[in-house]
Amino acid sequence: MSVKIEVEVNGTRHEREVDPRLLLVHFLREELSLTGTNVGCETSLCGACTVKMDGLTVKSCTQLAVQADGASITTIEGLSPEGELHPLQQAFWDEHGLQCGYCTPGMILAAEGLLAVNPSPGESEIRESLKGNLCRCTGYHNIVKAIQSAAKGGA
Amino acid sequence: MFPAKCDYYRATSAAEAIDLLGRHDNARLLAGGHSLIPMMKLRLCEPAALIDIGRLEELRGVSENDIGDNALRIGALSTHTEIATSETLRTRCSLLAEAARQIGDPQVRNKGTIGGNIAHADPASDLPAVLVALGATIHILGPNGERSIAAPSFFTDLLTTALEPNEIVTTIEVPVAPPGSGSAYLKVEHPASGYAVCGAAATMTIEGSSCTAASLAFNGVAATPVHAEAVTAALAGTAADDSAFRAAVDAHLEIAEPLGDLHASGEYRVALAKVYGRRALEKARDRALS
Amino acid sequence: MAVLGSSIKRREDPALITGEGKYIDDLTLPGMTWAAIVRSPHAHARIKSIDTSVAKKTVGVVAIFTGKDIADSEHGGVVPVGWLLPDLKTPAHPILAVDKVRHVGDGVAVVLAEDRYTAHDAAEQVEIDYEPLEAAVDPKAATEEGAALVHEEAPNNIAFDWELGDKEKTNSGFAAAAHTVALDLRNNRILPFAIEPRGCLAHYDKNRGLTLRMTSQNPHVHRLLLSLASIALPEHKIRVIAPEVGGGFGSKIHLYPDEAIVSWCAIRTGRPVKWIATRSEGSTTDAHGRDHVTHAELAIDGDGKISGLRADTHAAMGAYLSTFAPAVPTYLHGTLLSGQYDIPAIYVHVTGTFTNTAPVDAVRGAGRPEATFIVERLMDLGARAMGLDPAEFRRRNFVSADAFPYQTQVALAYDSGNYEPALDKALEIAGYAQLRADQENRRKSPGEDGGKLLGVGLSSYIEACGIAPSAVVGSLGAQAGLYESAKVRVHPTGSITVYTGSSAHGQGHETTFAQIVAEKLGVDIDAVDVIHGDTQEVQFGMGTYGSRSAAVGGSAIVRSIEKIIAKGTTIAAHLLEAAEGDIEFEKGEFRVKGVPGKAQSWGDVCLMAYLAHNLPEGLEPGLEETSFYDPANFTYPFGTHVAIVEVDPETGEVEILRYIAVDDCGNQINPMIVEGQVHGGLAYGIGQALWEEAVYNQAGQLTTATLLDYAMPKAHQLPSYETASTVTPCPHNPLGVKGIGEAGTIASPPAIVNAVCDALSPFGVTHLDMPLTPERIWRAIHPGEDA
Repeated sequence: MSVKIEVEVNGTRHEREVDPRLLLVHFLREELSLTGTNVGCETSLCGACTVKMDGLTVKSCTQLAVQADGASITTIEGLSPEGELHPLQQAFWDEHGLQCGYCTPGMILAAEGLLAVNPSPGESEIRESLKGNLCRCTGYHNIVKAIQSAAKGGA
Repeated sequence: MFPAKCDYYRATSAAEAIDLLGRHDNARLLAGGHSLIPMMKLRLCEPAALIDIGRLEELRGVSENDIGDNALRIGALSTHTEIATSETLRTRCSLLAEAARQIGDPQVRNKGTIGGNIAHADPASDLPAVLVALGATIHILGPNGERSIAAPSFFTDLLTTALEPNEIVTTIEVPVAPPGSGSAYLKVEHPASGYAVCGAAATMTIEGSSCTAASLAFNGVAATPVHAEAVTAALAGTAADDSAFRAAVDAHLEIAEPLGDLHASGEYRVALAKVYGRRALEKARDRALS
Repeated sequence: MAVLGSSIKRREDPALITGEGKYIDDLTLPGMTWAAIVRSPHAHARIKSIDTSVAKKTVGVVAIFTGKDIADSEHGGVVPVGWLLPDLKTPAHPILAVDKVRHVGDGVAVVLAEDRYTAHDAAEQVEIDYEPLEAAVDPKAATEEGAALVHEEAPNNIAFDWELGDKEKTNSGFAAAAHTVALDLRNNRILPFAIEPRGCLAHYDKNRGLTLRMTSQNPHVHRLLLSLASIALPEHKIRVIAPEVGGGFGSKIHLYPDEAIVSWCAIRTGRPVKWIATRSEGSTTDAHGRDHVTHAELAIDGDGKISGLRADTHAAMGAYLSTFAPAVPTYLHGTLLSGQYDIPAIYVHVTGTFTNTAPVDAVRGAGRPEATFIVERLMDLGARAMGLDPAEFRRRNFVSADAFPYQTQVALAYDSGNYEPALDKALEIAGYAQLRADQENRRKSPGEDGGKLLGVGLSSYIEACGIAPSAVVGSLGAQAGLYESAKVRVHPTGSITVYTGSSAHGQGHETTFAQIVAEKLGVDIDAVDVIHGDTQEVQFGMGTYGSRSAAVGGSAIVRSIEKIIAKGTTIAAHLLEAAEGDIEFEKGEFRVKGVPGKAQSWGDVCLMAYLAHNLPEGLEPGLEETSFYDPANFTYPFGTHVAIVEVDPETGEVEILRYIAVDDCGNQINPMIVEGQVHGGLAYGIGQALWEEAVYNQAGQLTTATLLDYAMPKAHQLPSYETASTVTPCPHNPLGVKGIGEAGTIASPPAIVNAVCDALSPFGVTHLDMPLTPERIWRAIHPGEDA
């Protein structure tokens, strides 16, 4: 069985026939070649695959592509206009909030989701909001700093 | 990481969903997907057909106004984020909002639904004991029409509910917190999964300095929510002080077959329940008085 | 401002923060097939039969191969071990199992399909008839009578039996000691758990050979091992490329069967083949870390001076010997048992044992965390036995600053060190005296602070990194040298490309190595590019691990730059009609000493090197130099960490209130990156101390294969760290750098455990094994309590 879906990703509309079991993350990565969204686990816990769907952060490994029919999705590739950096991207760079970079797209999207509902979070609120995003490199210290810095800058 | 092949049908009404469930063997309902899809990815669950009810507006939303007897209705498709941030629930049934805020992580809360959560009946989930402590009612629609089940009777065993095949949860009805009452949900979370190793949900109504009514229930410590009625029965009418709580919990909390795993044995979970049960009661009392 | 020593922002980041970075799973090739490896669900079993007929009928399946297909073929091989010890048992490790599986996850067959979903569908359809056997799981119990035998060739499952130090001298030290303390501990097995799972993409062309893109910390080492043992292709017909690599932590050093299987499939089918581990697949096949069972003792004289240390360890090797596995519990562990202390006699005995588990090999810290844990736990026990403050007991036993170079009793010669200032600084930042006063107050009136128990833990660690002098490691069994290479290619216009044998995967070498070049040559940092991770572009190199890249790889770059400057000086002297000895190179200019204005710019000299119109007679044109730097010694970073924790006595839950790290990694090329390495290292070690454990049950099933059960540290469980440093430059490399990638991981487990045991000392608790789960602590506080 295949199902026709229509999804807007980073401002572009896409129409595809998909297998119902296809995970959204594989749809983004393999159908649309948007490989910035990564896969780090298989139990919906690492958050590397975090994207924004209809204004809310979701784990794209825990959504089927068919569920995204009609949705509007933002991935790391579409977070800022071509050639510009989103304030969070800038802050992650400035504060050394990444090392290997694999968790970073999901981490930045998760942080964006936090700042959208809480523009000036305290340290513990930031840390709580990152429960669903794992990083093995940074020990989180500079990720927290980056989000604080982006929040101060009015991200 | 790769679900097995399955078919997919999108229901346009609750009635159609029930019809589709009846027409397809090994069909599963798909709402937020946050219980089902993880199991499908590990191939612990291989449904032949998915019935997507995720877009049914009729099953969504928190009622703004009381219905009937001081109660609020929450559509089964309401997400944990919607519940956690609902102004109505935060002011009128804050226990549920407080527990919803502690589920998983923001991304999970943005998609996971209360209906899916309770239908999955994971013993370490955060909502079952809360609904039991609240005295919630689960409204169900099936091939033979509607019926309602009190929360304690809904959770029948590990990952098992009173739902019959082809039935769906439509609404959860929770009582409005009475004046002079307070509540608290405290949770020891599993360091890996974030699920409750022990979650304690308490409500308490205070008059003067005594407890006139209370309820207490636990997640994570047994196959189904533990409703500590003996504890709260002992508290009714007594002075709402810490020592009374301690005495009541120590004397009356019984957990027949505690769950244990690698991280926390049954014995330890019982010890946690005693501590966190007491602390939840204390916090509920403090909130009732504030 | 000097470029070297500045916190310059990383040039790696723009691609990574925008999703443009290309990791292995982001790459595709035309005609690519997907591999799924069928793995053993049993810890130990005989393979009776394999039936692929049903699986082969799945639509989209391209081919299915078994171990026999590989063994019978021209390009079949084994997975080699790269470090030999005397009498080491080296049973063959076929790239796909043929008649027996020896751990859950051992590969049995491989399915190739047109897409990844189909590959996994078909893998489930491969029918394998196993005869399950008993499993050996525990590293010590595996050596006991009646334990299941992992390999026929290794009686009692003993892979090696190794010792270091003077046994008799140590024993007599103990006999004469005023006090002794003893410790039985289990150093918990951990998963490396890079967030990016391992994977590879192989493509074979009959003329050009094999191109293997893979998650690698050391592409040349992988190429060498593949060529020597695993797929029987000449080394020059293999190109290994590491694209962006999403963390390694040791797990991407080793050669696994998987890359060889995928390469073999690409050769056999002529189609590109990609394999990406799922998380649980990675958990059961990545080489794990630690898994030691140890008995250790410390002898102390009447003045509180240590008179001896001895340790006996059983170290799991897992089912097969992974690439550097035998070195980890021996030369990276036993040699570190002197810590920061002047210990007159040390003896260590290690038994390496085969178990029916995933292999154990280097994971961040590799041997040194285990050694530091022994030493620093014994220091706390010793202090307690002597009635001394743990800081005072350490101070009393430090190797004194004037004693360097210091020859330990366990082979290493510490080149430099100055331990007291780091301790002092850590204690000062912590407010140590006040903490002890607070602790005493709380103990007197336990009602305050909710009755929480306050604990303070110290860890004064040393590590040997910057590995390593090739002749030394060769004499100890390494089947490779541990130098590093650098080619500095100056282009005619003066810009520079550096080719380094190091292979970064998050460490920021493209930035820090460019800083070295910019500083030494006085050029703009943007005129320098750093290339790594491709065996076709880069000369042979050993890769990134063991906190070696700055000390060894960076030094190699300096050596090449020195050669560049020397040649530039020759050219400049010729152009300036001056003697070479009169030329000095400064700020990008070759100047005649003492003659202002008489100079040749960097650009002019570079251009002339390539124009070659006017070069000294006999001098070759061009300006490009290669160096292979072989370090004279290990480097010896050190420091003191302080953990401050609160324990809830009712539940055993631990909260880290503060964590202070004072590290001395010598000169710092980029302090921002140094700090970042400390942060990450701390989380890694704190994770081991509090939450992480790879648990095998008695049947040899890994019960923590996914993040549902394996507790990797999360942001809300950790504090912000307080970091500081002292600077004692390494005396034997040209940058004075030592290494910082593993320090946090080495220092923090004992700091945390010491803090928790300190908090629990009123309950008579002297030791708890990691991870310090709330239940373990609760049981220590409430012994025998019946809930």
